[in-house]
Amino acid sequence: MTSTLAEKASPSAPATARAGARRAKRRRTVLFFMAPAFLGFLIFFGYPLIATVYYSFTRYDLINPPQFIGFDNYVRMFTTEPLVGTAAYNTLWLVVILTVCRVTFSLGIASVISRLKSGVGLVRTLCYLPTLAPPAAATLAFVFVFNPEFGPVNRFLRLVGIDGGLWFNSPEMSKPALTLLALWGSGELMIIILAALLDVPTEQYEAAELDGAGLIRRFWHVTLPSISPVLLFGVVNSIIYALQFFTQAIVAASASAGTADVAGNSKLIGAPQNSTLTYPIWLYVQGFRYFNMGYAAAMAVLLFIVSSGFTWILVRQLRKSQHQEEGA
Amino acid sequence: MPPTTRTRRGALLVAAAAASVLLTSACSGAAAPSGGDTAAAPGKDDKLTLTVYSKFTDREYGVVTAGLNKLKAKFPNIEIKHEGNQDDDKLTQSIRGGNPPDVAISFYTDNLGAWCSTGSFQDLKPYIDRDKIDLTQIPDAVRNYTEYQGKRCAMPMLADVYGLYYNKDMFAAKGITSPPKTTTEWFEDAKKLTEFNPDGSIKVAGFLPSMPFYANQAQYWAPNFGAPFLGPDGKSDLASNPGWKAMFEFQKKMIDFLGGHDKVEQFKAGLGDEYSADNGFHKGKLAMIYDGEFRTAFLKDQAPTLNYATAPAPVLDTMADHYGGGFTTGTIIAIPKGAKNPGAAWELIKQVTLDTDTLVDMANGLKNVPSTKASLTSPKLDLQPQFKTFLDIYDSGKLVANQTTPIGDAHLKAVNDFAEKWQAGSVPDLTAGLAKVDAQIDDELKQKGAGG
Repeated sequence: MTSTLAEKASPSAPATARAGARRAKRRRTVLFFMAPAFLGFLIFFGYPLIATVYYSFTRYDLINPPQFIGFDNYVRMFTTEPLVGTAAYNTLWLVVILTVCRVTFSLGIASVISRLKSGVGLVRTLCYLPTLAPPAAATLAFVFVFNPEFGPVNRFLRLVGIDGGLWFNSPEMSKPALTLLALWGSGELMIIILAALLDVPTEQYEAAELDGAGLIRRFWHVTLPSISPVLLFGVVNSIIYALQFFTQAIVAASASAGTADVAGNSKLIGAPQNSTLTYPIWLYVQGFRYFNMGYAAAMAVLLFIVSSGFTWILVRQLRKSQHQEEGA
Repeated sequence: MPPTTRTRRGALLVAAAAASVLLTSACSGAAAPSGGDTAAAPGKDDKLTLTVYSKFTDREYGVVTAGLNKLKAKFPNIEIKHEGNQDDDKLTQSIRGGNPPDVAISFYTDNLGAWCSTGSFQDLKPYIDRDKIDLTQIPDAVRNYTEYQGKRCAMPMLADVYGLYYNKDMFAAKGITSPPKTTTEWFEDAKKLTEFNPDGSIKVAGFLPSMPFYANQAQYWAPNFGAPFLGPDGKSDLASNPGWKAMFEFQKKMIDFLGGHDKVEQFKAGLGDEYSADNGFHKGKLAMIYDGEFRTAFLKDQAPTLNYATAPAPVLDTMADHYGGGFTTGTIIAIPKGAKNPGAAWELIKQVTLDTDTLVDMANGLKNVPSTKASLTSPKLDLQPQFKTFLDIYDSGKLVANQTTPIGDAHLKAVNDFAEKWQAGSVPDLTAGLAKVDAQIDDELKQKGAGG
């Protein structure tokens, strides 16, 4: 015992070596168990990221070896190529409008459901169901529902004396129509927010009510702070959703132009008047159809930088405001 | 134990080596384009399966599969595995992924230049020279759209020819006795045939010039207005070519007559999908359409009672001598880079592009134009009067095809995008607008080191 204590108090060289060996063994074990995740990260994120950055400085068609061309792709993006700006604008529009609408809409629906006294299960299921519809089928259905000539929406609007407009056939209304489609399918976010709302302790509402807080004050001072982490998730999730907006825009453009035949050709993509041409769609067309993978890689790098930057700023701001609220 | 400097260095070296390997493998993944030598035809005892990608589905898939299987008469040892619904994107990805089919069939000629210039398709010239194939049996325009800068990397399997379809009952009701031959006659006939509802909306359109819509695409119309995409220097030549201006002015005049862009869009939205039974021409909502010969098969199948006729597309008034010709494109067939059985693939290509009986059977089944001169005169060819119009156009010597470029359909998208804006009245100056399209197309060409 004495010697053990002595060893502990003043470790000898062999004991230090044994402890080191144990730590090394433990580290190897940890590394071994982490290896699948680490390898997955390296293969599916690290390598593609490095490769994308490299290809962005090349002319590359994915058939022949890439040729290094320096910053030419980036220069082209900011100077001579006209549609990248249109695509970026459309995606930015969706990021801002769709994110705000999606989170607000989901929060609104979830708030209503959380207050229902009966039929909660049915309403919740009905609100979630559209999420399960395949995007292409859902879009075709929406193009039909919003058809300017015979669609039920415009028929109803005509009945009440309103000219419903051209929806997917109009460059001004195509993105709002796509936003409505996205809202219709936002049941997933609604369910997540509903779970957060149901998790808010009722004691807090009771205490606020006793203090004389009305509905709006209770929502502002009790509900919102409690669910803000979930809302933050909703905002980030919606931004990513908008940044990746692809299938619905492609299908809506072709269906509204009178043909479902877009596979393998780009002429109808973005219709009407490139108002539905999103950044990922243009990136895909450049890389995979026009054989400009180097340019597409440059677009991807820019998207990565911008979206990472915005997400970082957003998370930082929201955390800051959370801390300030907690401090107050 | 904290990692020693040596351990860290080792780890760094391993990481650097791994990164180098990954980068090197990424950079050198694609082999050099093949070409030059020819692969021999398979021997009688060589059992093999040829994989064929095409976009054909349903009824058309069966017709093409039957045509492909005719190879078995010469090579009973070859099995054909025909995979339908494979569009150009899937085909390109299979080549990039190193797992292409032995034979590639595409509906579009749009991407031919890109495939040729990147080496995605093998050069067929050595095979043609070896087998002493006479390509003059194929019209010039069709030969042109299957090669790029002298490199023959595809063969025409069947051709599409575009012309005018018109509803005979509607024509008779308005006292029109013959189809229009010039754009002026076309406009006047369209005016007579158009009917409006009491609220001013369109009830029946004599002709709907909205673009892109059905086969109303700028490149399909352009030959009838003498409007080529590229000038002699290989650069985009829209702004300085009077044909393009005439075409867009004609289109806008028709749109304005119909009540403007919004009314046209409203009416267009009520018409069925191009390839469905609800197509506006099938349903009598459009008195005239511009379309390819394949529409005759759809009409026979989906609207057998429609009383219609066909004619060559009207041409610009100043181009009367060009009447009787028109735009052509078609189905192309090629051997992709990396195909496992190129020798057998070439035998199949010869069978379906040069054998008269095979071409005629497929042409009768698909209602496409058979691409060789011999097959055009075959007594087995189904000469339904509406279809014969297209055979005559094909044989007119006045066919015009799209110029092949290395930029896929980028130029076609650019000009159709412009057409959308123009017809909506969003382009105040036609020449300046076309100059912007030129700049856009030239920018894409520059990416490929083309365009002068």
